[in-house]
Amino acid sequence: MSASTDLTRRAFTGGAMALALGGKSFAQGFAGLGESAEGFAAVTPGKPFTFPADHGPHPEFRIEWWYVTANLSDAGGAAYGAQWTLFRQAMKPGGPSEGWTNQQLWMGHAAVTSAGTHRFSETFARGGLGEAGVEAAPFRAWIDAWELRGLDAFDPQRIAPLELKASAADFSTTLRLDAERALVLQGDHGYSRKSDRGQASYYYSQPFYKASGRIVIDDKPVDVTGAAWMDREWSSQPLAADQTGWDWFSLHLPSDEKLMLYRLRQKDGRENLFGNWITPDGRSAEIAANGNSITPTATTEIDGRKLPTSWRVALPARGLAVETAPLNPKAWMGTSFPYWEGPIRFSGSHAGIGYLEMTGY
Amino acid sequence: MRRPLWILAVLLSHWRRHPMQLATLLIGLISATALWSGVQALNQQARTAYDRAAATFGGARTAVLVGKDSATFPQQLFVDLRRAGWPVSPMLEGRVQIDGRSFRLLGVEPVTLPSEVGNAPAVGRGRLQSFVTPPGEMLVAPETLRDLGLKDGDRPQANGLTLPPLRVQAELAPGALIVDIGIAQDILKLPGQLSRLLVGKSKAPHATLESVAGDKLRLVEPSAESDLERLTDSFHLNLTAFGLLSFFVGLFIVNSAIGLAFEQRLPMLRTLRACGVSARMLNTVLVIELVSLALVAGLIGLVCGYFIAAALLPDVAASLRGLYGAQIPGQLSLKPVWWFAGIAISILGALAAAAASLAKAIRMPVLATAQPQAWQQAQRRWLMLQSAAALAVFAVAAALIQFGDSLITGFAVLAALMLGAALILPMILQIALALGQRSARAPVGIWFWADSRQQLSGLSLALMALLLALAVNVGVGTMVESFSRTFLVWLDGRLAADVYISAASDQQAKEIKAWLRDRPEVQAILPGGRADTQLGGTPIEVLGLPDHTTYRDNWPLLESTANAWVRLRPGDAGLVSEQLSRRMKLAIGDHIEVPAPGGSWLLEIVGIYADYGNPKGQIAVNFAALTRHFPQTPLTRIGLRVEPDKIAPLITALQEKFGLDDRNVADQATMKRESKRVFNRTFSVTAALNAFTLGVAGIALLTSLLTLANSRLPQLAPLWAIGLTRRRLAALELLKTMAVALITALFALPLGLLVAWCLLAIVNVKAFGWRLPFHVFPLQLIELLAVAMAAALCAAALPVARLARMQPATLIRTFVNER
Amino acid sequence: MLRVTGLTKSYRSAGEDVAVLRGVDLTVATGESVALSGESGSGKSTLLHLIAGLDAADSGEIALADLIVSGLNDAGRAELRRDRLGLVFQQFNLIPSLTVADNLVFQSRIAGRHDAAWHDELVERLGLKNLLRRYPEQLSGGQQQRVAIGRALAPKPLLLLADEPTGNLDEDTADEVLRLARDLVVRTGCGFLMVTHSARLAATLDRQVTLHAGVVA
Repeated sequence: MSASTDLTRRAFTGGAMALALGGKSFAQGFAGLGESAEGFAAVTPGKPFTFPADHGPHPEFRIEWWYVTANLSDAGGAAYGAQWTLFRQAMKPGGPSEGWTNQQLWMGHAAVTSAGTHRFSETFARGGLGEAGVEAAPFRAWIDAWELRGLDAFDPQRIAPLELKASAADFSTTLRLDAERALVLQGDHGYSRKSDRGQASYYYSQPFYKASGRIVIDDKPVDVTGAAWMDREWSSQPLAADQTGWDWFSLHLPSDEKLMLYRLRQKDGRENLFGNWITPDGRSAEIAANGNSITPTATTEIDGRKLPTSWRVALPARGLAVETAPLNPKAWMGTSFPYWEGPIRFSGSHAGIGYLEMTGY
Repeated sequence: MRRPLWILAVLLSHWRRHPMQLATLLIGLISATALWSGVQALNQQARTAYDRAAATFGGARTAVLVGKDSATFPQQLFVDLRRAGWPVSPMLEGRVQIDGRSFRLLGVEPVTLPSEVGNAPAVGRGRLQSFVTPPGEMLVAPETLRDLGLKDGDRPQANGLTLPPLRVQAELAPGALIVDIGIAQDILKLPGQLSRLLVGKSKAPHATLESVAGDKLRLVEPSAESDLERLTDSFHLNLTAFGLLSFFVGLFIVNSAIGLAFEQRLPMLRTLRACGVSARMLNTVLVIELVSLALVAGLIGLVCGYFIAAALLPDVAASLRGLYGAQIPGQLSLKPVWWFAGIAISILGALAAAAASLAKAIRMPVLATAQPQAWQQAQRRWLMLQSAAALAVFAVAAALIQFGDSLITGFAVLAALMLGAALILPMILQIALALGQRSARAPVGIWFWADSRQQLSGLSLALMALLLALAVNVGVGTMVESFSRTFLVWLDGRLAADVYISAASDQQAKEIKAWLRDRPEVQAILPGGRADTQLGGTPIEVLGLPDHTTYRDNWPLLESTANAWVRLRPGDAGLVSEQLSRRMKLAIGDHIEVPAPGGSWLLEIVGIYADYGNPKGQIAVNFAALTRHFPQTPLTRIGLRVEPDKIAPLITALQEKFGLDDRNVADQATMKRESKRVFNRTFSVTAALNAFTLGVAGIALLTSLLTLANSRLPQLAPLWAIGLTRRRLAALELLKTMAVALITALFALPLGLLVAWCLLAIVNVKAFGWRLPFHVFPLQLIELLAVAMAAALCAAALPVARLARMQPATLIRTFVNER
Repeated sequence: MLRVTGLTKSYRSAGEDVAVLRGVDLTVATGESVALSGESGSGKSTLLHLIAGLDAADSGEIALADLIVSGLNDAGRAELRRDRLGLVFQQFNLIPSLTVADNLVFQSRIAGRHDAAWHDELVERLGLKNLLRRYPEQLSGGQQQRVAIGRALAPKPLLLLADEPTGNLDEDTADEVLRLARDLVVRTGCGFLMVTHSARLAATLDRQVTLHAGVVA
């Protein structure tokens, strides 16, 4: 009965998760993101964010996620990546009901990546019973045995410290995430516009995590440290019907600057660029679409799909011009709705590490 | 390349001149292949159906967690296990009555259902939402929808509820209704309860079961076989045994035909060698010839096998449904592997049957060295050897009876008995004929016996086939007859009520009971009920019997304590079925813990009763006690005691008043008729295969006699020359055949009774779990004896008629051509 | 063409070796016909079987043209019989399930040496024209032996070997069959070695050899 697991997964700024309706490829499943939001709450500009309340679920919206990526390295300097994601999807509008009639569906993704290996796992749960869920205070997000949990001295403004745990047949991850700076609102004060036609999401991030812990691949444990990034996003109709996929970057720039940047592709071949430049003091400024660009430079073929795994990113106004390269070009998430997600390095005007996600290929 | 073809043409020319031999050979191979592959087709068909069922239910193929001492458990355990990393998916099972008929309702949870559980209800990708959100959907097999007389989208009533709309799902096994877990909890009125957890194959690390669920759950490891496969094993073993027997009887024919053809072709083979055909080439071509013949016969045999299977399938399907509740589609569908296997078995069978002849051909010297009388020495040595082998096989059989304890052992004992008997048959005939010869005075009489002895080596294989076929017939006939007699007596006691009602719902049952109370002709209203649970991991039934004299006086008990029925009343004692008592080694006075929704139910066993035809173990308890421990038990079954002449009007009145049809209300006579019909169909396949086997044995005898007839001319010609008429000679020949056939048949009778005893005392007990009393039916034996003699007469008639009409010149020639 | 030198052969019988041939020397030239006689048990049939490759000698040598027969294995001896020898036996040894026509051609066919013209000539000379569609059991003894001779000569062998070919025939028939055989041997130019116990028939051949107690007398 695998067919029932037609849930899709998250993405960039306006990404979302949906019950698969056609369900043949990510792009079509993703089209669910462009489904009518009728009966669900609408995303409007000017919402005041309150924490810890907004760390918890927003069931009046159709889709929502808690998304962590981490760029790690071991004592010898070898690079690793880790991903932990929880998606929520409402099958139909209305207040949450108890037990099996609850309309919430939950999906978890976890992955670890090294230069030579990429492991991933997914799991699903129905709401209403407690197999999966999120609580704002004390903060706790979980599905099955995977969990993201606030530790002692948890600060809602920093959404830290956290403990992250995931395990599957052939890998497991345990990380502690600490942050000294407050979380950051993306887009326009947390209102992230996805198209000219009103599609948008609420979006905030914590890009300043310091991560430390252990990953285990095939029973071989490695102690790691590094930087991590959390995205929180919710919406009812994040994408327009003609938007087919996206390419999303989170870059850790030198001197603790952060860059979130993504490109939305349309059926007609046009594309829209969005992003925020975050300074070390936590100020977040929207990137203008005009004059800036991200361009593929090399592709990798995986499962018969061509994926642009190397890119050129140019933000002339900011004096940024870098080339990105994947740690492992085969960082393919062969889940029910497959996509590419993995750690990258970049060099040029700036040098550093980050994460890349590509959907709809 | 041309050379082997020429040699093959020369070899084949023999068959052109001896079409009867060729026919014999082909008939043997065809019947062997046909019966074997026919039976295999039936087995394959059934197994495919079981697989379908197993895949649907994610049953025995998947590891499951079940309640340790209760039929259901709280769903919080499911959540806890998921949170501890267990890849479990919840399931709730129960029964619902639609239109007075009982169906298995399965609640599943599509989101967590492990992908390896199979092609089970593939909730359409877009259909997840409509499946899980009320009112949901109820998935059914097309067959079930047809049986219900409903169509896709209909919403039948059950348990006082409107069920979710029906949706056809072709891969489902018939008889099951699949709904979302939450909806199943509503329908079965078991909120928050689960009956088991399927365990996925994911290897993710997880906590121990005890640390999460304490001692509330028990892990049942997956078994390679599904429940149905295990239950029906005996039935298929039975079929296979018959197929194998027919196969061997067929090979007896092939063996004698090939042996004779080889003897007749010896001079030809020598000439070929003398003309420069090397031994290797000759042997190769001999094998090619045999394989080609086997190929042709195999193909024809497969086609025949297909028709045999198609003809038997309805009965097999009915038997399996009646005995085990297994649903087998009536349309025969065969896999390519069946065809290959059939051809292969034909070729291998032919090679095996020809092994002795081929070995002789390989060792054949080019120059014939005449060794007169050697055959007699050889035959004596062979007889001794065979008899020694027979005794060894008997010893094995005895050891198996002593130490074996399984169904396979039972069949092994049977096989050993038959093999031993077949091996020792020539010795018995030899002794019998020698005794006849000693008592004979007239010269023709002495010749009669002596010549019969000489004929023995040629006929012994055919006689062995006859012996086996007869013995199996006696054995199976006796078993069926014993069963039939016991079953009918048992049925009389078991169906004690006069009218049986199955109401559509508990509510309707209540109304019916209220109405019946005011009817003067109704002497007693006997409510009944049945609950499903499991004991030691296997599903069992708990049957509720009202405390009433009808049961006390009629219900047949095999063993019981003095006051068993009184002991039932408080609800702390139960009766167990014979099957259950054998399977779990339960005796009177033992205690069992029956998992019930409210917790474990402790029962003392106060009696054991026969429960023929039920694949599940059963416990009978007081009805009131049952409803206390299993509150969800449907109360829709009602039995009535009614004044005999008022039965028909009462049924009519019930039908009119409550809109019941024949399926919902029936009188005792109808129930008995139905039961007997199911019972009779159960054995119709056995009977058909039995008849086939006897037919094949008859053919074996006929073909042996036909092939012998020609070679016997030199023995008969001198008698003709000294003044016996052809007619007299023919009569003597007929008499000889009948004499050996009679001796064989007489030997077959005690052997058959032994076979019957084995079937009743060993095989049935292991296969079905019940032991039947052993009866001998003399009339049946005499009838079979007559059939055997008739078969022998038919077989002997053709060659003898030929002898009687033979031209004198043909007889003369035997003198001229004698070498 | 055929040269036999120092040939010995013994059989084991009743626990002791009985020497049948004790050093036989014999030659048959191309186109020559030789009668081999001797009393019962003198070893004449054994000698013929050894030459025919139906059995293997203990010692000594049999050479047929350039081929050392005594050194061949079973397959080699089968090839020898097929391609270079013609065999005729007292029992005719026709294949009962084949017609006369098929019996005639089958050795030349399996030897791959079928010659249609020669086949027609054989049928003509042996007087089998009207018998071709009959089966052996429908023929008289003389007719059967004519078919056997035809079969043996059809592949044009180097040497025709005959073991008491007329033993089952009356005198007149025997004479006629033997005359036919001699004529055909002359016509093909092959050698002819015939075992016979009849001095009268032996006298009709080119040369007579007598075996006595396992050696040429």
